Amino acid sequence: MSRYPLNSAAARGWWHCHACGLLCRGVDERPGATAVCPRCGAEVSARKKRSVEYAWALLLAAIICYLPANLLPIMETAMLSGTQSDTIMSGVVFLWQSGSWPLALVVFIASVLVPLLKILAMLLLLVTVQCRSRWAPRQRTRLYRLLEAIGPWSMLDIYVVALLVSLVQLQSLASIKAGPGAVAFGAVVVLTMLSAMCFDPRLIWDSIEVNDDRQA
Amino acid sequence: MMSNSKNDTHHHARTVCHECDLLQVLPVAVTQNVVCCRCGALLHRAPGDQPQTSLALVLATLFVFALANLFPVVGLEAGGVRTATTLLGTVSQLMHQDMLPVAMLVLFTGVLLPGIELLALLYLLLPLTLGRVPYGFPRVMRAVRIVHPWGMVEVFLLGVLVSLVKLAHLAQVHPGIGLWSFFVLIVLLATSASRFDAALLWERYEACRAIR
Repeated sequence: MSRYPLNSAAARGWWHCHACGLLCRGVDERPGATAVCPRCGAEVSARKKRSVEYAWALLLAAIICYLPANLLPIMETAMLSGTQSDTIMSGVVFLWQSGSWPLALVVFIASVLVPLLKILAMLLLLVTVQCRSRWAPRQRTRLYRLLEAIGPWSMLDIYVVALLVSLVQLQSLASIKAGPGAVAFGAVVVLTMLSAMCFDPRLIWDSIEVNDDRQA
Repeated sequence: MMSNSKNDTHHHARTVCHECDLLQVLPVAVTQNVVCCRCGALLHRAPGDQPQTSLALVLATLFVFALANLFPVVGLEAGGVRTATTLLGTVSQLMHQDMLPVAMLVLFTGVLLPGIELLALLYLLLPLTLGRVPYGFPRVMRAVRIVHPWGMVEVFLLGVLVSLVKLAHLAQVHPGIGLWSFFVLIVLLATSASRFDAALLWERYEACRAIR
Protein backbone atom coordinates (compact mmCIF):
# COMPACT_ATOMS: atom_id res chain seq x y z
CA MET A 1 0.00 0.00 0.00
CA SER A 2 2.06 2.87 -1.24
CA ARG A 3 -0.51 5.66 -1.39
CA TYR A 4 -2.58 6.96 1.48
CA PRO A 5 -5.86 8.91 1.13
CA LEU A 6 -5.38 12.67 1.01
CA ASN A 7 -7.11 13.38 4.31
CA SER A 8 -5.17 10.78 6.27
CA ALA A 9 -2.40 11.72 8.65
CA ALA A 10 -0.01 9.33 6.90
CA ALA A 11 -0.34 11.24 3.60
CA ARG A 12 0.88 14.38 5.36
CA GLY A 13 3.70 12.64 7.16
CA TRP A 14 2.11 12.52 10.62
CA TRP A 15 2.43 9.23 12.45
CA HIS A 16 0.56 8.27 15.58
CA CYS A 17 2.66 6.65 18.32
CA HIS A 18 0.72 3.64 19.58
CA ALA A 19 2.56 3.51 22.87
CA CYS A 20 2.06 7.07 24.13
CA GLY A 21 -0.36 8.71 21.67
CA LEU A 22 2.05 11.41 20.52
CA LEU A 23 1.73 12.71 16.98
CA CYS A 24 5.16 12.21 15.40
CA ARG A 25 6.65 13.55 12.21
CA GLY A 26 7.34 10.65 9.85
CA VAL A 27 10.60 11.34 8.09
CA ASP A 28 10.67 8.53 5.58
CA GLU A 29 7.72 8.42 3.21
CA ARG A 30 8.25 4.83 2.07
CA PRO A 31 5.52 2.37 3.15
CA GLY A 32 7.57 0.12 5.47
CA ALA A 33 9.61 2.87 7.07
CA THR A 34 9.85 3.30 10.83
CA ALA A 35 10.97 6.03 13.19
CA VAL A 36 11.45 6.35 16.95
CA CYS A 37 8.94 8.29 19.04
CA PRO A 38 10.73 11.32 20.55
CA ARG A 39 8.73 11.09 23.80
CA CYS A 40 8.63 7.40 24.68
CA GLY A 41 11.19 5.78 22.39
CA ALA A 42 8.80 3.25 20.89
CA GLU A 43 9.01 2.32 17.23
CA VAL A 44 6.54 4.33 15.15
CA SER A 45 5.35 3.65 11.63
CA ALA A 46 2.50 4.87 9.45
CA ARG A 47 0.70 1.51 9.74
CA LYS A 48 1.30 -1.51 11.95
CA LYS A 49 4.04 -3.52 10.30
CA ARG A 50 2.97 -6.65 8.37
CA SER A 51 -0.40 -6.33 10.03
CA VAL A 52 -2.38 -8.37 7.48
CA GLU A 53 0.19 -11.17 7.29
CA TYR A 54 0.41 -11.63 11.07
CA ALA A 55 -3.36 -11.39 11.48
CA TRP A 56 -3.92 -14.04 8.78
CA ALA A 57 -1.32 -16.41 10.27
CA LEU A 58 -2.77 -16.18 13.78
CA LEU A 59 -6.33 -16.46 12.50
CA LEU A 60 -5.56 -19.62 10.49
CA ALA A 61 -3.93 -21.14 13.57
CA ALA A 62 -7.07 -20.27 15.55
CA ILE A 63 -9.31 -21.91 12.95
CA ILE A 64 -7.21 -25.08 13.10
CA CYS A 65 -7.52 -25.16 16.90
CA TYR A 66 -11.25 -24.46 16.76
CA LEU A 67 -12.13 -28.03 15.68
CA PRO A 68 -10.41 -29.93 18.52
CA ALA A 69 -11.62 -27.24 20.93
CA ASN A 70 -15.21 -28.16 20.18
CA LEU A 71 -14.88 -31.88 19.49
CA LEU A 72 -12.52 -33.05 22.23
CA PRO A 73 -13.72 -33.24 25.84
CA ILE A 74 -12.74 -30.29 28.01
CA MET A 75 -13.63 -32.12 31.22
CA GLU A 76 -13.65 -35.75 32.37
CA THR A 77 -15.76 -36.56 35.41
CA ALA A 78 -15.12 -39.77 37.32
CA MET A 79 -18.01 -40.70 39.59
CA LEU A 80 -19.18 -43.82 41.39
CA SER A 81 -21.55 -44.44 38.50
CA GLY A 82 -18.76 -44.27 35.91
CA THR A 83 -16.84 -41.72 33.92
CA GLN A 84 -18.33 -39.02 31.75
CA SER A 85 -16.70 -36.77 29.17
CA ASP A 86 -17.95 -33.24 28.61
CA THR A 87 -17.39 -31.13 25.55
CA ILE A 88 -18.26 -27.44 25.52
CA MET A 89 -21.63 -28.06 23.87
CA SER A 90 -22.62 -30.85 26.27
CA GLY A 91 -21.85 -28.49 29.18
CA VAL A 92 -24.32 -26.00 27.74
CA VAL A 93 -26.92 -28.73 27.23
CA PHE A 94 -26.44 -29.86 30.82
CA LEU A 95 -27.02 -26.34 32.16
CA TRP A 96 -30.12 -26.00 29.96
CA GLN A 97 -31.59 -29.29 31.15
CA SER A 98 -30.90 -28.59 34.81
CA GLY A 99 -33.19 -25.58 34.51
CA SER A 100 -30.74 -22.71 34.62
CA TRP A 101 -31.35 -21.55 31.07
CA PRO A 102 -30.13 -17.95 31.58
CA LEU A 103 -26.75 -19.34 32.54
CA ALA A 104 -26.85 -21.84 29.67
CA LEU A 105 -27.39 -18.89 27.36
CA VAL A 106 -24.45 -16.97 28.86
CA VAL A 107 -22.12 -19.96 28.48
CA PHE A 108 -23.40 -20.64 24.96
CA ILE A 109 -22.75 -17.04 23.92
CA ALA A 110 -19.35 -16.81 25.59
CA SER A 111 -17.95 -20.21 24.61
CA VAL A 112 -19.63 -21.14 21.32
CA LEU A 113 -20.97 -18.03 19.65
CA VAL A 114 -18.25 -15.51 20.52
CA PRO A 115 -15.25 -17.56 19.27
CA LEU A 116 -17.12 -18.45 16.07
CA LEU A 117 -18.23 -14.86 15.43
CA LYS A 118 -14.72 -13.62 16.21
CA ILE A 119 -13.24 -15.92 13.59
CA LEU A 120 -15.89 -15.00 11.00
CA ALA A 121 -15.52 -11.26 11.70
CA MET A 122 -11.72 -11.41 11.38
CA LEU A 123 -12.13 -13.29 8.08
CA LEU A 124 -14.51 -10.60 6.83
CA LEU A 125 -12.17 -7.77 7.87
CA LEU A 126 -9.08 -9.36 6.36
CA VAL A 127 -10.75 -10.29 3.06
CA THR A 128 -12.35 -6.85 2.59
CA VAL A 129 -9.07 -5.10 3.42
CA GLN A 130 -7.16 -7.22 0.94
CA CYS A 131 -9.75 -6.53 -1.78
CA ARG A 132 -9.45 -2.82 -0.93
CA SER A 133 -13.21 -2.84 -0.57
CA ARG A 134 -15.01 0.46 0.03
CA TRP A 135 -18.01 -1.18 1.59
CA ALA A 136 -19.29 0.18 4.94
CA PRO A 137 -15.97 1.30 6.46
CA ARG A 138 -17.60 2.79 9.54
CA GLN A 139 -19.48 -0.41 10.32
CA ARG A 140 -16.36 -2.48 9.75
CA THR A 141 -14.43 -0.26 12.17
CA ARG A 142 -17.20 -0.73 14.71
CA LEU A 143 -17.06 -4.47 14.18
CA TYR A 144 -13.34 -4.36 14.91
CA ARG A 145 -13.94 -2.39 18.10
CA LEU A 146 -16.56 -4.92 19.20
CA LEU A 147 -14.11 -7.72 18.41
CA GLU A 148 -11.51 -6.25 20.76
CA ALA A 149 -14.07 -5.69 23.52
CA ILE A 150 -15.54 -9.21 23.60
CA GLY A 151 -12.20 -10.99 23.13
CA PRO A 152 -11.50 -11.98 26.75
CA TRP A 153 -15.01 -13.24 27.52
CA SER A 154 -14.49 -16.56 25.78
CA MET A 155 -12.04 -17.42 28.57
CA LEU A 156 -15.11 -18.19 30.68
CA ASP A 157 -15.03 -21.94 30.09
CA ILE A 158 -11.34 -22.19 30.90
CA TYR A 159 -12.00 -20.67 34.34
CA VAL A 160 -15.01 -22.91 34.90
CA VAL A 161 -12.91 -25.99 34.14
CA ALA A 162 -10.10 -24.72 36.38
CA LEU A 163 -12.49 -24.22 39.30
CA LEU A 164 -14.37 -27.50 38.88
CA VAL A 165 -11.11 -29.42 38.55
CA SER A 166 -9.76 -28.15 41.85
CA LEU A 167 -13.04 -28.20 43.80
CA VAL A 168 -14.36 -31.60 42.83
CA GLN A 169 -11.63 -33.78 44.32
CA LEU A 170 -13.90 -35.73 46.65
CA GLN A 171 -11.72 -38.85 46.79
CA SER A 172 -13.84 -41.83 45.84
CA LEU A 173 -17.10 -39.90 45.39
CA ALA A 174 -16.26 -37.84 42.38
CA SER A 175 -13.27 -36.23 40.74
CA ILE A 176 -12.90 -34.08 37.66
CA LYS A 177 -9.96 -33.91 35.28
CA ALA A 178 -9.33 -31.31 32.60
CA GLY A 179 -9.45 -32.75 29.09
CA PRO A 180 -7.37 -32.04 25.96
CA GLY A 181 -10.15 -29.85 24.55
CA ALA A 182 -9.38 -27.22 27.21
CA VAL A 183 -5.87 -26.68 25.81
CA ALA A 184 -7.21 -26.23 22.27
CA PHE A 185 -9.96 -23.93 23.50
CA GLY A 186 -7.48 -21.73 25.40
CA ALA A 187 -5.37 -21.58 22.24
CA VAL A 188 -8.38 -20.40 20.20
CA VAL A 189 -9.06 -17.58 22.66
CA VAL A 190 -5.45 -16.40 22.79
CA LEU A 191 -4.87 -16.72 19.04
CA THR A 192 -8.02 -14.79 18.05
CA MET A 193 -7.11 -12.05 20.55
CA LEU A 194 -3.58 -11.81 19.14
CA SER A 195 -4.92 -11.80 15.59
CA ALA A 196 -7.26 -8.89 16.38
CA MET A 197 -4.39 -7.00 18.06
CA CYS A 198 -2.18 -7.41 14.99
CA PHE A 199 -4.85 -6.11 12.63
CA ASP A 200 -4.65 -2.40 11.85
CA PRO A 201 -8.14 -0.83 11.45
CA ARG A 202 -6.64 2.10 9.55
CA LEU A 203 -6.20 -0.26 6.60
CA ILE A 204 -10.00 -0.28 6.27
CA TRP A 205 -9.90 3.46 5.58
CA ASP A 206 -6.89 3.42 3.28
CA SER A 207 -9.03 2.57 0.26
CA ILE A 208 -11.59 5.28 1.03
CA GLU A 209 -11.00 8.45 -0.96
CA VAL A 210 -11.90 11.92 0.30
CA ASN A 211 -14.94 12.06 -1.95
CA ASP A 212 -16.29 8.82 -0.53
CA ASP A 213 -16.46 10.28 2.98
CA ARG A 214 -19.93 11.62 2.56
CA GLN A 215 -21.31 8.22 1.64
CA ALA A 216 -19.49 6.62 4.55
CA MET B 1 -17.43 19.42 17.36
CA MET B 2 -14.56 18.84 15.05
CA SER B 3 -13.42 20.12 11.75
CA ASN B 4 -11.23 18.64 9.11
CA SER B 5 -7.80 20.17 9.40
CA LYS B 6 -7.32 21.33 5.83
CA ASN B 7 -6.93 25.02 6.60
CA ASP B 8 -5.91 24.77 10.18
CA THR B 9 -2.37 25.53 11.19
CA HIS B 10 -2.61 25.28 14.99
CA HIS B 11 -0.21 22.52 15.70
CA HIS B 12 -1.08 21.94 19.35
CA ALA B 13 -4.75 21.22 18.74
CA ARG B 14 -4.16 18.77 15.91
CA THR B 15 -4.93 15.16 16.51
CA VAL B 16 -5.16 11.99 14.49
CA CYS B 17 -7.60 9.15 14.87
CA HIS B 18 -5.74 5.98 15.85
CA GLU B 19 -8.37 3.81 14.19
CA CYS B 20 -8.96 5.52 10.83
CA ASP B 21 -5.96 7.90 10.57
CA LEU B 22 -8.06 10.99 9.84
CA LEU B 23 -6.36 14.27 10.70
CA GLN B 24 -8.63 16.40 12.85
CA VAL B 25 -8.56 19.41 15.15
CA LEU B 26 -9.42 19.04 18.81
CA PRO B 27 -11.88 21.49 20.37
CA VAL B 28 -10.20 24.22 22.40
CA ALA B 29 -11.21 22.98 25.84
CA VAL B 30 -11.68 19.24 26.21
CA THR B 31 -14.19 18.68 29.00
CA GLN B 32 -16.03 15.70 27.58
CA ASN B 33 -15.06 12.61 25.66
CA VAL B 34 -14.12 13.45 22.08
CA VAL B 35 -14.86 10.94 19.35
CA CYS B 36 -13.56 10.78 15.79
CA CYS B 37 -15.95 12.53 13.41
CA ARG B 38 -15.53 9.82 10.79
CA CYS B 39 -15.31 6.43 12.51
CA GLY B 40 -16.47 7.23 16.05
CA ALA B 41 -13.35 6.03 17.88
CA LEU B 42 -12.64 7.58 21.28
CA LEU B 43 -9.94 10.16 20.56
CA HIS B 44 -9.67 12.01 23.80
CA ARG B 45 -10.99 11.11 27.20
CA ALA B 46 -12.65 13.67 29.41
CA PRO B 47 -10.04 14.76 31.96
CA GLY B 48 -9.64 11.79 34.30
CA ASP B 49 -8.24 11.44 37.77
CA GLN B 50 -5.26 13.36 39.04
CA PRO B 51 -2.31 11.08 39.84
CA GLN B 52 -3.09 11.37 43.57
CA THR B 53 -6.61 10.02 43.09
CA SER B 54 -5.37 7.26 40.79
CA LEU B 55 -2.75 6.36 43.39
CA ALA B 56 -5.37 6.03 46.13
CA LEU B 57 -7.50 3.82 43.88
CA VAL B 58 -4.54 1.64 42.94
CA LEU B 59 -3.59 1.14 46.60
CA ALA B 60 -7.15 0.15 47.49
CA THR B 61 -7.29 -2.20 44.49
CA LEU B 62 -3.98 -3.83 45.45
CA PHE B 63 -5.29 -4.47 48.97
CA VAL B 64 -8.49 -6.08 47.71
CA PHE B 65 -6.50 -7.99 45.06
CA ALA B 66 -4.40 -9.53 47.84
CA LEU B 67 -7.53 -10.49 49.80
CA ALA B 68 -9.15 -12.01 46.72
CA ASN B 69 -6.14 -14.20 46.04
CA LEU B 70 -5.33 -15.23 49.62
CA PHE B 71 -8.78 -16.36 50.76
CA PRO B 72 -10.71 -19.27 49.25
CA VAL B 73 -13.19 -18.28 46.57
CA VAL B 74 -15.55 -21.22 46.93
CA GLY B 75 -15.75 -24.26 49.15
CA LEU B 76 -17.49 -27.56 48.52
CA GLU B 77 -18.88 -30.06 51.01
CA ALA B 78 -20.11 -33.53 50.11
CA GLY B 79 -20.21 -36.73 52.12
CA GLY B 80 -18.10 -35.29 54.91
CA VAL B 81 -15.33 -34.22 52.53
CA ARG B 82 -14.59 -30.52 52.35
CA THR B 83 -12.61 -28.79 49.64
CA ALA B 84 -11.95 -25.13 49.04
CA THR B 85 -9.87 -23.35 46.51
CA THR B 86 -8.24 -20.05 45.69
CA LEU B 87 -7.41 -18.90 42.18
CA LEU B 88 -3.81 -20.02 42.71
CA GLY B 89 -5.11 -23.34 44.02
CA THR B 90 -6.76 -24.02 40.67
CA VAL B 91 -3.44 -23.34 38.96
CA SER B 92 -1.55 -25.87 41.09
CA GLN B 93 -4.31 -28.47 40.66
CA LEU B 94 -4.18 -28.04 36.87
CA MET B 95 -0.40 -28.45 36.98
CA HIS B 96 -0.81 -31.70 38.94
CA GLN B 97 -2.96 -33.00 36.12
CA ASP B 98 -0.32 -32.18 33.49
CA MET B 99 -2.41 -29.37 32.06
CA LEU B 100 0.48 -26.92 32.02
CA PRO B 101 -0.81 -24.73 29.14
CA VAL B 102 -4.21 -24.26 30.79
CA ALA B 103 -2.60 -23.69 34.19
CA MET B 104 -0.32 -21.02 32.73
CA LEU B 105 -3.24 -19.36 30.97
CA VAL B 106 -5.19 -19.11 34.24
CA LEU B 107 -2.09 -18.02 36.18
CA PHE B 108 -1.23 -15.23 33.75
CA THR B 109 -4.68 -13.86 32.92
CA GLY B 110 -6.12 -14.24 36.42
CA VAL B 111 -3.27 -13.45 38.80
CA LEU B 112 0.08 -12.43 37.32
CA LEU B 113 -0.87 -9.89 34.66
CA PRO B 114 -3.49 -7.99 36.74
CA GLY B 115 -0.99 -8.00 39.62
CA ILE B 116 1.85 -6.76 37.42
CA GLU B 117 -0.38 -4.02 36.03
CA LEU B 118 -1.33 -2.81 39.52
CA LEU B 119 2.28 -2.86 40.74
CA ALA B 120 3.46 -1.05 37.62
CA LEU B 121 0.82 1.64 38.13
CA LEU B 122 1.93 2.01 41.76
CA TYR B 123 5.52 2.34 40.59
CA LEU B 124 4.51 5.05 38.10
CA LEU B 125 2.09 7.03 40.26
CA LEU B 126 3.96 7.19 43.57
CA PRO B 127 6.99 9.17 42.32
CA LEU B 128 4.86 11.31 39.99
CA THR B 129 2.66 12.53 42.85
CA LEU B 130 5.88 13.51 44.64
CA GLY B 131 7.07 15.37 41.57
CA ARG B 132 9.75 12.89 40.57
CA VAL B 133 10.17 10.92 37.38
CA PRO B 134 10.19 7.16 37.97
CA TYR B 135 13.13 5.40 36.34
CA GLY B 136 12.19 3.91 32.97
CA PHE B 137 8.78 5.64 32.84
CA PRO B 138 8.23 5.19 29.05
CA ARG B 139 9.01 1.49 29.18
CA VAL B 140 6.73 0.84 32.16
CA MET B 141 3.91 2.82 30.51
CA ARG B 142 4.29 0.68 27.39
CA ALA B 143 4.26 -2.49 29.50
CA VAL B 144 1.00 -1.38 31.19
CA ARG B 145 -0.58 -0.85 27.76
CA ILE B 146 0.46 -4.29 26.56
CA VAL B 147 -0.56 -6.09 29.76
CA HIS B 148 -3.94 -4.39 30.20
CA PRO B 149 -6.07 -6.35 27.68
CA TRP B 150 -4.88 -9.67 29.14
CA GLY B 151 -6.22 -9.11 32.64
CA MET B 152 -9.47 -11.08 32.87
CA VAL B 153 -10.56 -10.84 36.49
CA GLU B 154 -14.18 -10.08 35.55
CA VAL B 155 -14.36 -13.14 33.32
CA PHE B 156 -13.06 -15.24 36.20
CA LEU B 157 -15.86 -13.95 38.42
CA LEU B 158 -18.46 -15.01 35.86
CA GLY B 159 -16.68 -18.38 35.75
CA VAL B 160 -17.12 -18.71 39.52
CA LEU B 161 -20.86 -18.07 39.20
CA VAL B 162 -21.23 -20.67 36.44
CA SER B 163 -19.32 -23.27 38.49
CA LEU B 164 -21.45 -22.53 41.55
CA VAL B 165 -24.58 -23.39 39.57
CA LYS B 166 -22.97 -26.49 38.07
CA LEU B 167 -21.93 -27.73 41.51
CA ALA B 168 -25.10 -26.86 43.38
CA HIS B 169 -26.75 -30.18 42.47
CA LEU B 170 -23.70 -32.21 43.40
CA ALA B 171 -22.88 -30.90 46.86
CA GLN B 172 -23.21 -28.00 49.25
CA VAL B 173 -21.27 -24.97 48.05
CA HIS B 174 -19.91 -22.25 50.33
CA PRO B 175 -18.97 -18.90 48.79
CA GLY B 176 -15.83 -17.70 50.56
CA ILE B 177 -14.26 -14.37 51.49
CA GLY B 178 -12.36 -14.49 48.21
CA LEU B 179 -15.58 -14.36 46.20
CA TRP B 180 -16.80 -11.19 47.91
CA SER B 181 -13.35 -9.68 47.49
CA PHE B 182 -13.53 -10.44 43.78
CA PHE B 183 -16.83 -8.58 43.54
CA VAL B 184 -15.24 -5.50 45.14
CA LEU B 185 -12.12 -5.99 43.02
CA ILE B 186 -13.89 -5.81 39.65
CA VAL B 187 -15.73 -2.63 40.71
CA LEU B 188 -12.42 -1.04 41.73
CA LEU B 189 -10.65 -2.24 38.57
CA ALA B 190 -13.42 -0.89 36.35
CA THR B 191 -13.38 2.44 38.17
CA SER B 192 -9.63 2.91 37.89
CA ALA B 193 -9.57 1.73 34.26
CA SER B 194 -12.29 4.17 33.20
CA ARG B 195 -10.80 7.12 35.12
CA PHE B 196 -7.15 6.42 34.31
CA ASP B 197 -5.73 9.28 32.27
CA ALA B 198 -2.62 8.21 30.37
CA ALA B 199 -2.37 11.52 28.52
CA LEU B 200 -2.24 13.39 31.84
CA LEU B 201 0.54 11.11 33.09
CA TRP B 202 2.57 11.78 29.95
CA GLU B 203 2.08 15.51 30.49
CA ARG B 204 3.23 15.18 34.10
CA TYR B 205 6.20 13.14 32.98
CA GLU B 206 7.27 15.78 30.50
CA ALA B 207 6.72 18.57 33.04
CA CYS B 208 8.75 16.75 35.72
CA ARG B 209 11.53 16.05 33.25
CA ALA B 210 11.64 19.69 32.16
CA ILE B 211 12.05 20.92 35.75
CA ARG B 212 14.88 18.55 36.53
